[in-house]
This record gives sequence, C-alpha cells and structure tokens, in this order.
Amino acid sequence: MAALVARVYVTPKRGILDPQGKAVQHSLHALGFGEVADVKVGKYIELRLRDGAVAQAEPRVRAMCERLLANGVIEDFRVEVAEERA
Amino acid sequence: MRWGVVVFPGSLDDRDAVRAVERVLGDEAVPLWHKDPELRGVDAVVLPGGFSYGDYLRCGAMAKCAPIMDAVRAHARAGGLVLGICNGFQILCEAGLLPGALVRNRSLSFVCDVVTVRVETSETPFTFGCRPGELLSLPIKHGEGCWVADEETVATLEREQRVVFRYVDRAGQVVPEANPNGSLANIAGVCSAERNVVGLMPHPEHAVDRLTGGEDGLRLFRSAQAWLGRDAAAPRREPSVVPGP
Repeated sequence: MAALVARVYVTPKRGILDPQGKAVQHSLHALGFGEVADVKVGKYIELRLRDGAVAQAEPRVRAMCERLLANGVIEDFRVEVAEERA
Repeated sequence: MRWGVVVFPGSLDDRDAVRAVERVLGDEAVPLWHKDPELRGVDAVVLPGGFSYGDYLRCGAMAKCAPIMDAVRAHARAGGLVLGICNGFQILCEAGLLPGALVRNRSLSFVCDVVTVRVETSETPFTFGCRPGELLSLPIKHGEGCWVADEETVATLEREQRVVFRYVDRAGQVVPEANPNGSLANIAGVCSAERNVVGLMPHPEHAVDRLTGGEDGLRLFRSAQAWLGRDAAAPRREPSVVPGP
C-alpha cells in the first residue's frame, strides 16, 4: 500500500461549443502556428489519496468525477491513478 | 405567501429578491443560509443570482453540495415551488433539478443588458399569470449563460413545452441577434418535468419598480401568488402542485 495520485482530465464534450478553445486557436494562428486545426480547453485536477490500492481507488475517483469534478452534460473526463513516487 | 431566499457565500441578488418579496409584493421573505438543514416551511424557494462559492470548478457546482440543497430537492420532489435566477439557474442545472447546463457565453464576454424574453408557456407557477407569447423586458448580467443540452433533451423540452422563456427581438421573433449568449434555440429559461421548478438567466427580481427600469419581473412573482391562491381555492388539487411539507 502506498499513497496514490489521481490525475483527472476534464474536457468539453464533442459537439459542445468551446468558445475559449476557438479563441485560443485564433491566437495561435495569429502567432504563426497555422497548423493548429482545433483547440479544446479543459481542466486538470490532481488528487492525492491516502494509502490504498489503485484498483480500489479508480472507481471511487470516477465516482467523484461523475458526482462533482465533471458535468456529464457538457464534459468528458479521463482518470489516471498511480502510486505516488517519493 | 412565504418565500425562502437562499444565501450562499457569494450570492449577490438575495437582497433584491427579499426586497421584491417584502416591499413590492407585501409577502414574507425568509432568509435561508446555505448550511440550514431545512426550509422553515416556505411555499417557494428562490435561489438568487451571484457567484456562489466564487464559481469554483463550474458555476453552481459547489452550491449543489450545500446542506440546504437536500431540503431544496425534497421540497421540489414534493411539488414545492422553486425559482432559480441566473446563478440559481446554474445551481439547479448542476443539481440535476433542471435539464441542460450553462456554459461560457459564446462571445466570451460578460453581458450586462436589458433583453426581451417571450413567455412560452403559462403552465408553470411562475408564468401562470402570463399569456403565452407575452413579452417581458428583463435585465441580464452573466458570463456563463449559454444554455446547452443534447439534441434529445432539447426535443423533449420542446415537445413537453418546458421551454419557459426565449430571447426574442422587440417584435417577439426568435432571431440570432436577440440571443445574448449563444443559448440553444434562444432558450432563456426552462422548467422541470413536474413544472414546479423553473430556472432562467434574466433577473425578474431586478425589474420590480418603474423607477429602476421596469416592473415586468413582478409578473413571475405575482404568478406564483396566483398559482398558490388557485391551489388553495381548488377543491381537488393536483399532487404535482401541493406545496412541500
């Protein structure tokens, strides 16, 4: 058993308007990065969990996402849980 | 009639809601704190505008976890009246009491303006005294007021006539230019399946006095009074409109 780190990536759902992403894309184009075809601006949330096993922690972090960290109407999320390196 | 006005840390418009209820309607306003476990027997609950919990994570996301929200859910389940204004609308969507979500305005700009909304249905407690098609002039002030939902949800709302308000031009037409924030189908407000929970981005509580820009907002508050009056007068009451315990 070791302390765990959960990394949660929250992104706008496909098809949901992301005006912020569009604005960032425009700015990147203005800076000369014309290869940028699309930008999605999301959130990164890092959780430190008390000692536990990855297999047990994962569904709980997913539940946290469903109940609070992400809004399923407008956002998708991805979860990575790993043992914390000292 | 007793109106509960919930105050979350960061609520702004609770005072105007209380003022509208007490000084304009002559009703009783009961201030409720976000940590209160119950609603003290009010007939209607107002979730006011503002920036509850600093809009952390998403607008309304923290507020949906507040202790008082369990009581608001129970009140809504029992058919009690709930009105969410601006941040209150965002909270009701986050809490799953209303469909859809409110995201950043399409323009990315905060909008502060007076808009025209069309009442789409009089079959809610807060539009009971309005004619469908009636136009109201109400202020808006929000950065995250773009209402979105998946196609199926929008189709369901249209079919069940649960779109309560729509942004329109002065002629009452639904046109893109009248849409201040990019909301799907110009939707400014919706109601729950039981119709007792209503949320909208515009601010009726700021429009209750001619001296300060008009009194069209009173139509919503007076509608609720009339709705409850009808309720008390009717010998047989529909279960969905019985006030909560």
